[in-house]
Amino acid sequence: MGSHSPKEDVGKHSIKQAPKSGNTAFKLVLAAVAMFGFGFALVPLYDVFCEITGINGKITGPVERVEHWVDTSRTIKVQFITTNNAGMPWEFDALQEQVKVHPGAWTQAEFWALNPTKEDMVGQAVPSVSPSEATEYVQKTECFCFSQQSLKAGEGRNMPLIFSIDPRLPPHIRTITMSYTIFDAGAFAE
Amino acid sequence: MTTATAHHDDHGHHGPAKGIMRWVLTTNHKDIGSMYLWFSFTMLFIGGAMALIIRSELFQPGMQLIEPEFFNQMTTMHGLIMVFGVVMPAFVGLANWMVPLMVGAPDMALPRMNNWSFWILPFAFGMLLLTLFTEAGAPNFGWTFYAPLSTTYAPSSVTFFIFGVHMMGISSIMGAINIVVTILNLRAPGMTLMKMPLFVWTWLITAYLLIAVMPVLAGVVTMMLMDIHFGTSFFDAAGGGDPVLFQHVFWFFGHPEVYIMILPAFGIVSQIIPTFARKPLFGYASMVYATSSIAFLSFIVWAHHMFTVGLPLETELFFMYATMLIAIPTGVKVFNWVSTMFRGSMTFETPMLFALAFVVLFTIGGFSGLMLAIAPADFQYHDTYFVVAHFHYVLVPGALFGIIAGVYYWLPKWTGNYYDEKLGKFHFWMSFIGVNVTFFPMHFIGLAGMPRRIPDYALQFADFNAIATVGAFIFGFSQLVLLYVVIKSIRGGEKATDEVWEGAEGLEWTIPSPAPYHTFAEPPHVK
Ligand code: HEM
Ligand SMILES: [Cu+2]
Repeated sequence: MGSHSPKEDVGKHSIKQAPKSGNTAFKLVLAAVAMFGFGFALVPLYDVFCEITGINGKITGPVERVEHWVDTSRTIKVQFITTNNAGMPWEFDALQEQVKVHPGAWTQAEFWALNPTKEDMVGQAVPSVSPSEATEYVQKTECFCFSQQSLKAGEGRNMPLIFSIDPRLPPHIRTITMSYTIFDAGAFAE
Repeated sequence: MTTATAHHDDHGHHGPAKGIMRWVLTTNHKDIGSMYLWFSFTMLFIGGAMALIIRSELFQPGMQLIEPEFFNQMTTMHGLIMVFGVVMPAFVGLANWMVPLMVGAPDMALPRMNNWSFWILPFAFGMLLLTLFTEAGAPNFGWTFYAPLSTTYAPSSVTFFIFGVHMMGISSIMGAINIVVTILNLRAPGMTLMKMPLFVWTWLITAYLLIAVMPVLAGVVTMMLMDIHFGTSFFDAAGGGDPVLFQHVFWFFGHPEVYIMILPAFGIVSQIIPTFARKPLFGYASMVYATSSIAFLSFIVWAHHMFTVGLPLETELFFMYATMLIAIPTGVKVFNWVSTMFRGSMTFETPMLFALAFVVLFTIGGFSGLMLAIAPADFQYHDTYFVVAHFHYVLVPGALFGIIAGVYYWLPKWTGNYYDEKLGKFHFWMSFIGVNVTFFPMHFIGLAGMPRRIPDYALQFADFNAIATVGAFIFGFSQLVLLYVVIKSIRGGEKATDEVWEGAEGLEWTIPSPAPYHTFAEPPHVK
């Protein structure tokens, strides 16, 4: 846009629309349309950015189970937090508040969900890891958060999480918090 | 008038058409500029009335006048109207009037589109304002309309809000395109880019900012529309989206937007100070480069509005330093304005008073901005009245004083009559006192922890809130003086000379006062 050198412009002057005006305007319209597209492109860009940097605890998975060497010299405290999004009536709890794990070892944790309503419902848990720096070291082969969970009216269920912490976890991290928020996903049922 | 329109005879219009259709159908840059300015002025009183409702409720702790739901609608509508209905249209109006006169062009480059860009606006705001009378009430989610407040929990009027934003977005994009094309293609012979008046320069850069970010705003409201009505989940975590994404996209628009609201004011002040200091602007080229670097930097600082959403440390640091970097080109500008005045033979007519107040008070707003830019400190300041104090200092004695200064400065050229200088000065002092009494105490209550956008507050904030309310009424009612001054100057008064101000430079002062309906049919030659 605006590739005019000042010399060219000078002197192009008439009471009618200058001949180049249509051209410039067209380029600017294109720029505006491109920026509209860019706004939408921010959505995937944001996800890619979060994935690369591990911000937001957006864990990708499931991963293939690989047996790391187990670093028995370190013990990491892994805490579990569950939250219900506003208006989500399910009972949703971690059956263990925290576990102590050696980096590299595979561990299973159990969560519990119950639909106390008289309707069949679909829920989706959204994970987050804190500190976000630890996100890329958390590997999950199985998580209830990977897919939507359907519960019939009054139904309750145990839901597993199988994870391991990559032994390359930076040494200053001793505690990792995994938090799950459950949403009513009825509107998005697959 | 006859001489200036003589060249036009073959085009068949000697002057404005008669009646209401003149305004509906006009493609004349002066008519359209006036309509933009009147529209903005009307919106100023509507948005101002809302501000006074807010301040009345906040005069005392406790809930006395209005319901909290209505309070939320008032803060939302006040913000939206002031940003999109007052500041932006006023700048576009000034650009319409002055850019062709300053570059020696006969009109805007795309006159029909110009008519469209104006006439969309009253409909956009009409729609937005009518939501106040619906059962659901007006939008209540703040001018920043964060999801999910504006999606999952929004009143049904949100759809009208979305279309309103689409319409004003289209209007400003068209306006911006018109301004860029005019500046690039219609300059008089000899008017090279580096000879353009600074108002033209700042508007050129602003127009590029508008073209870059208004479509992103349109994008974000479109995503909201899809989330609300078409089952997508851009911002809904339950469906795999993310509400924080909303804030990133919004502020990617929002921060450049705040510079859209200040760069043209920088331009106006850079026109006025040299005139009344009777010295050329100090550091013209550095002003151009400073404006461009501010515009560039404004794209990489947006997350300073999001320090508390849980960004990683590196990101916080990046946005903190990038934000502080903006203070450098801004400092250059303030330095240049002060240097222009240094040893000038200054006089203090109303436009100059507003310009001087702009320099001082905008700088205060810049300093509070720097405090907010310190990420760890912002955890305390965020969402308190300190932020409210900051942005009102940059927007009211900043953007708005810039606009008012420009109106006083060019009014004699528009109407052909000098305005009443005594009343102008009275208006200035009332505004100056009012603005400071209103917004200065907000720094203190903000630092003490009073949250923004809440209709009630703890007792210890009572005194400063009462003071702020008194200031708001002084400020609000003194704008009626401006209305009176403008009408009086249209009606008559001391005839203005062509030059209007002794020592004013630029093509706009070479044409008669009042500016004839058609100007520069023959391009002037700039040496
Ligand atoms: C030196 C320049 C500036 C700096 C360093 C700066 C910095 C900041 C920061 C860090 C915030 C976020 C505060 C928070 O929410 O916790 C903020 C908010 C804001 N700033 Fe500035 N700012 C500057 C200039 C401006 C200018 C020139 C304008 C407009 C003319 C402006 C308008 C705003 C607005 C409207 C908000 C509040 C948005 C909202 O949350 O509603 N700022 N500023
Ligand atoms: Cu900002």
